[in-house]
Amino acid sequence: MASDDLIRVANLKKYFPVRTNLLASLRSKEVPMVKAIDGVSFTIPRGKIFGIVGESGSGKTTTGRAILRLEEPTAGSVTIEGEDIVKLDKEELKKRRREMQIIFQDPFESLNPKMTIYEVVVEPLEIHRIGKDEEERRKLVSEALEEVQLIPPEDFLFRYPHELSGGQRQRVAIARALILRPKFIVADEPVSMLDVSIRTEVLNLMLDLQEKFGLTYLFITHDLAIARYMSSNIGVMYLGKIIEFGEVSEVLDDPDHPYTQALMAAVPVPDAERKRGELPIRGETPQPINLPPGCRFNPRCPYAFDKCFKEEPELFPVEPGHGAACFLYADFHSGRLERGRLPKY
Amino acid sequence: MNMTKLLEVKNLKMYYSTMKGDVKAVDDISFSLEKGESLGLAGESGCGKSSVALALMKLYPSNAKILSGEVLLDGVNLLEMSDEVIRQNIRWKRISIVPQAAMNAFNPVFTIKEQIVEAILTHEDVTEKEAGERTVELLRRVGIDPSRASNYPHEFSGGMKQRAMMAMALSCNPDLIIADEPTTALDVIVQAQVLKEIKTLQEELGLSMILISHDLSVVAETCEKTMIMYAGNIVEDASTLEIFRAALHPYSIGLLGAFPKLTGERKRLESIKGNPPNLLNPPPGCRFHPRCPNAKDLCEVIPPFIQETHKGHRVACHMVNKHPEYR
Repeated sequence: MASDDLIRVANLKKYFPVRTNLLASLRSKEVPMVKAIDGVSFTIPRGKIFGIVGESGSGKTTTGRAILRLEEPTAGSVTIEGEDIVKLDKEELKKRRREMQIIFQDPFESLNPKMTIYEVVVEPLEIHRIGKDEEERRKLVSEALEEVQLIPPEDFLFRYPHELSGGQRQRVAIARALILRPKFIVADEPVSMLDVSIRTEVLNLMLDLQEKFGLTYLFITHDLAIARYMSSNIGVMYLGKIIEFGEVSEVLDDPDHPYTQALMAAVPVPDAERKRGELPIRGETPQPINLPPGCRFNPRCPYAFDKCFKEEPELFPVEPGHGAACFLYADFHSGRLERGRLPKY
Repeated sequence: MNMTKLLEVKNLKMYYSTMKGDVKAVDDISFSLEKGESLGLAGESGCGKSSVALALMKLYPSNAKILSGEVLLDGVNLLEMSDEVIRQNIRWKRISIVPQAAMNAFNPVFTIKEQIVEAILTHEDVTEKEAGERTVELLRRVGIDPSRASNYPHEFSGGMKQRAMMAMALSCNPDLIIADEPTTALDVIVQAQVLKEIKTLQEELGLSMILISHDLSVVAETCEKTMIMYAGNIVEDASTLEIFRAALHPYSIGLLGAFPKLTGERKRLESIKGNPPNLLNPPPGCRFHPRCPNAKDLCEVIPPFIQETHKGHRVACHMVNKHPEYR
């Protein structure tokens, strides 16, 4: 198994300095940091979709950007096919970038309004000097548009982004990511700006393309139901850390971390007959600047005990391939606790 | 079911004039709301759901024109009242609105308390002290610690601002609250808390409520009745239970089928083909016909009327004229 991991992320960190005033910065030597991601590790097998879910501010977008080095990571490594991207210099990185593309959240902002669809999609080919002449590039662009179901491509080539609908624009963004024949695509909330009736088409298209080209995705979303629809494995992020990971149906059908349990209890479902129970946690996610000592979820956790305020939990295995960063499970693998006796809401 | 109708909208038609022609945002819609009832108005962006809210409050922009219709509040047509009368007697006192993006609806240079007190003093003949006491009580009601009343908006989190906005909407004891996408900008856990708060308040105070949302699941959890809009028309309305159990309009069915399941088996989702129409030039006949799997020749020419298939369930579709249970 391990040999077929396309992406390995190990202990990835990204801290942003907090801007303070001059006086404060002179007085204290230490610059306060926002720990946007604080030690994230996971692997994605070739041809699989790994979903990252979390609320706003959990660090999921930063994780996606740091993996592609759109943000320089503060620490950690990102390995693609055995090569650590973090260590690459500019030239080498550019070569690798051909294999790693990103689809951004907002198709209304990610496409240059002054460029035609042709110019938008051909740009990566020009940057990487692919295609011997204009004619060949034109052919590649047309093919890419066909792949994302913008048919016939001639109807779209010379239009501008504002002439297209949101769903069509996101297809253009996918075509641009796809035209370099990447191995790995980071999709950062690709459908959160789209209407329900349109987002399904985009999701299905992404699944079809993944199958057709054997792509590997990192799929970032705040929507647990979409994460379930798209991914085979997921990681749940809270304040810069993955606090639970595993096979998607296992994590969502039987969540172990108190935070994941709370998330699942809070998601509204399109079912008028479901009655919502009491919400297990209160309050809102704090800013990741002054994290509490111990487990970062302890201020909101209904189960927190002394240890949670002193030490930070690692990801404890709950089952093979399923882990939760919670001391409730620290003793689980040693057989001292049975699964059915673990607290559940 | 002859309960007292609080609000009755009859044949409301509101267009926006633009350089390119009229945008037919609300095109001949009728519905009613009883006292104490909660109605969810669902639809995708650009279907006209927010325009309906603006028309009810007479808050529409200057390029909007009402072509026909009545908005009857306890039998009195709001559209015939002068702006002055509406401002004095209707807004806040009878109907109040929790706007979309409530996070930005507060003025950043006044405290939360000052702003709610001001709203009360503008509309009611009470002393500042009484208004202050009522504000504190309202904040407590929506789950905000009164000690935070003198904070500025930036000191509140998103969820708290949304709660404070609800306190403000309740400040003059209205009969009807219009909540326009009240939880769209919030994270799931906070959203669940706020929705629960809204529902409790609505039930305890016997308020009527129109909740506008693009998210059917939010409507499912909060409202007794659901009304689905598409391209400026109401396509279906019924009790929420019935919409989710036995929707009849192909658009409603498509919309419900487009939500991935949170638990259970993974099935490939069916999408609705195509895009919603541009309301400058909506398609003739039924506006949904270019995307409809059941469309016939008739649908391309004649727009369907909305009609009852059975008690309390209305559908606007030529192909559905009887509820299956009634056939």
